[in-house]
Amino acid sequence: MSGYEFDFDGQRLQARASGALYWPARRWLVVADLHLGKSERMARRGGALLPPYEVQATLDRLQSEIAATDPACVISLGDGFDDDLALTALPDALCAQLHDMARGRVWHWITGNHDPVPLRVGRLPGSGLAELRDGLLFRHEAGQGPDVSGHYHPCIRLAGQRRRAFLIGRDHLILPAFGAYTGGLIADDPALTRLIPTGLAVACGDRAIPLPLPVSGAVRGRRA
Amino acid sequence: MTLPTAFQDWFARQGWQPHPHQIALLKAQGDSLLIAPTGGGKTLAGFLPSLVDLRDPPGGLHTLYVSPLKALTADIARNLARPVADLGLDLRIEDRTGDTRPGQRARQRVDPPDILLTTPESLALMLSYEQAPRIFGSLRRVVLDELHALAESKRGDQLMLCLARLRSLAPGVQVTGLSATVEDPGALARFMGGADIIHADPGPDPDIAMLATTQSAPWAGGGGHYAIPEVLDQIRQARTTIVFINTRAQAELFFQALWAANDENLPIGLHHGSLSREARQKVETAMAAGQLRAVVATGSLDLGIDWGAVDLVIQIGAPKNVKRLVQRIGRANHRYNAPSCARIVPANRFEVIECVAALQAVRERDLDGDPRGPGPLDVLCQHILLTACAGPFDADDLFRELREAGPYRDLTRADFDACLDFAATGGYALRAYDRWQRLMQRDGLWRLRDPRAARDLRMNIGTIVEAEMLKVRMRGRGGAPLGEVEESFAATLQPGDTFLIGGQTVRYEGLRELVVEVTKQPTKQPRIAVFSGLKLATSTQLSHRVQALIGDPSQHALLPGETRDWLSLQARVSALPRDGVLLSESFPHQGRWHLALYGFAGRNALQTLGLLMTRVMEQAGLGPLGFLSTDYALLIWSMDPVRDPAALLNRDALREGLGDWLAGNAVMKRSFRTIATIAGLIQRNLPGQRKTGRQATFSSDILYDTLRRYDPDHLLLRITASEARRGLVDFDRIEDMLRHSPHHDHRMLDRVSPLAAPLLLEVGRVPIAGQGRERLAEEEAAALMAEAGLT
Repeated sequence: MSGYEFDFDGQRLQARASGALYWPARRWLVVADLHLGKSERMARRGGALLPPYEVQATLDRLQSEIAATDPACVISLGDGFDDDLALTALPDALCAQLHDMARGRVWHWITGNHDPVPLRVGRLPGSGLAELRDGLLFRHEAGQGPDVSGHYHPCIRLAGQRRRAFLIGRDHLILPAFGAYTGGLIADDPALTRLIPTGLAVACGDRAIPLPLPVSGAVRGRRA
Repeated sequence: MTLPTAFQDWFARQGWQPHPHQIALLKAQGDSLLIAPTGGGKTLAGFLPSLVDLRDPPGGLHTLYVSPLKALTADIARNLARPVADLGLDLRIEDRTGDTRPGQRARQRVDPPDILLTTPESLALMLSYEQAPRIFGSLRRVVLDELHALAESKRGDQLMLCLARLRSLAPGVQVTGLSATVEDPGALARFMGGADIIHADPGPDPDIAMLATTQSAPWAGGGGHYAIPEVLDQIRQARTTIVFINTRAQAELFFQALWAANDENLPIGLHHGSLSREARQKVETAMAAGQLRAVVATGSLDLGIDWGAVDLVIQIGAPKNVKRLVQRIGRANHRYNAPSCARIVPANRFEVIECVAALQAVRERDLDGDPRGPGPLDVLCQHILLTACAGPFDADDLFRELREAGPYRDLTRADFDACLDFAATGGYALRAYDRWQRLMQRDGLWRLRDPRAARDLRMNIGTIVEAEMLKVRMRGRGGAPLGEVEESFAATLQPGDTFLIGGQTVRYEGLRELVVEVTKQPTKQPRIAVFSGLKLATSTQLSHRVQALIGDPSQHALLPGETRDWLSLQARVSALPRDGVLLSESFPHQGRWHLALYGFAGRNALQTLGLLMTRVMEQAGLGPLGFLSTDYALLIWSMDPVRDPAALLNRDALREGLGDWLAGNAVMKRSFRTIATIAGLIQRNLPGQRKTGRQATFSSDILYDTLRRYDPDHLLLRITASEARRGLVDFDRIEDMLRHSPHHDHRMLDRVSPLAAPLLLEVGRVPIAGQGRERLAEEEAAALMAEAGLT
């Protein structure tokens, strides 16, 4: 799987086509907004009964990223679980899969707005943190930069299709959501242009494709 | 029942004689289906037995009238008011649609009127209330208007399920279906669950012909603008004209062109589904008041209010379907026993051929239509959930009741159980939701686990799943609403772009709180709005007639001179499609290679073929980017040329693709979205409820992919696959085509051929997400990076 390498806050980083961020110098793998357990939370609330496979699907994708990069450390950048109950409801088999994936690595669960208190990791591998400052500042929601964050689930439109995307600015690096059942916010939304007025977007998909921000009319208007 | 004296006198006072079919309906003992042309007093015939009954109202709801259009219910209420007043009947007639005020709705639930006029969706909603048995228990009669139109979509299936419910709540209720002329009345009667068919006098043959024009139809294009002078001339001579055009964008352009030439300022209006409700109502009111000389309309006026004054119908563009053409012609009916007058304007030379073929069919009264499949299961899932909203139910009883509905008469217990399981648990192989079931069984009865879920389920009622639309409004405070455009169209707009809506060119300024803001732009050449709208597919029968006409030069004498010239030019630069030979052409156009294949197998079969052929092209590394299908031809564009189409048409390879690859395609995802919405897996986005930003719902594509990977036998995938077999047409027709045209004739051309030119202007392109698109995306992004000096 191909990635796109760029510099942010003095570090060389790789935006992977899967939507994960890789930091080669440290061998760290960072993923944002897994939202594990989202379908069950919706069911619990009497809503639609979505296909209950999103945890499996998300973990399978994460597993193949871990297999590809063999990271020393894995960071979940907040909203790893859709809520606290989702953590307790995580089936044993999937929990075991997580432990397999974490074996021999450091694992950090950073706090998000869906899982606001530092995660009581309990049966999970690794530890819960409000934020992590080590060479770079990792947190769920962008604040005083430079920082690496998630939360917004950024997307762009490219060649007539919507794709999840990294947004890279001077002060902020925002990761796309990695979870299977996550919507997205198009990069030209004011909430995002306020944080990153100009910079780069890296579209996810079969390959990581960089393009300038703001996305100019040529991309969005042209018919493929 | 005979017509009471008071009623006979009333008819006499109007100077009318009751039609035989009106009397026949009055005498009918059981359920009836009345087939009558427009203007045959169909609606009055449907209500007459109720009015006779209601001379002495028994109290409670007596008659339920269901129509596909809200506008029709309001119109019927007005039309009934007069005989009711004249006859001195003491009745309450009310309508109940999505527009009815909440207070009125609540009152109707407690104290229903004698006659209630409604739509299938509002009926489904009312049946989902706990009070449904009380409201409908007294029901004696049901009138189903425009049944032929309802039967064409899932709205009809839903209505029939509701009808089965009504029959349980009000045993002995008598049902009358009203329909325009159809090709198979028996099938429609079976759809109603069985009925005696009553035929009204079809009236005299229509006066129908091609409109003679000084300029001949252009090589390509769909606008029909070349005929503007003659169309204006016709409008001038007639009292009121409806000008039908097949798509909304074409209607906008034609309307604009018509006004540009309208020196006398004849009052001409525009009516289509993308216009705001206010704008449409204004046109309808003006039309009813006789203030308009013509209306340019799409299918939005196929049904609806009878305007007695309409004496001419002009069809711009290929009629696509003989039955619909006949029904449209029927709208020009100022007198029942006078012939309807209609003129057809082919938009281009290809359509000339289709028009000639269609006129032949109309004269021979050879109507077309495809047999209906069994009732779809997604509609059944919705119905089961709504049944639970009304109260606990017994599964055996419900199953028996459902089989009373015509489309579901052959429903198997296994399918019913699968739908019930879906409604209750989601129906997943991984039984993840046993604690959070939607429906649960207690004391042998199924009920909602959480009664509050009823609210969400009721919000999701209906079988019409629209593309997401955004409102368009003039910028500034209190800017006038103009209409709606598809979200995907809005996403391609840049500030400064122009498009047509409501007959005016506007300039896109920006998106503000999910409203497209525009300003007036009177001069600039517009970019055409790509409204999707409903696209009519040419019927199989008509495609066959067209094929026969082209393939048989001895019949070319029937065609106008320029069409003959065009076909002979095609014969010269390439070849004519002919019997036993499958003609195809490869040519470059705008930097992409195109393959045109003249299969004459109908839009759906050719669409299936497009899906399958692009798959083989993907494997062969040709980089297919997309395709489109018409009823006659398939057009595929790709990064590299196809040199040997025979290799792509290997029957075994195609058959293999049908199983696995077809399932992963965008077309399947599109139909999955509709099915998942109807079945209640995903909530539809209601206007005003949509949230921006991160909250935006994820796409149904993700659910589809997840299900395919982890639960490939899931009910919704099964429905999607079976619907695709029907909707995209089974493989048999492709095999048929290959069998009947065993020889391939492939031409490598250096440019578009005369026959292929119209294809390039067709809408309905299906993108292929493959390596070709990746290459394209990378090229686009690289160009932008270079432009920005970032490489």
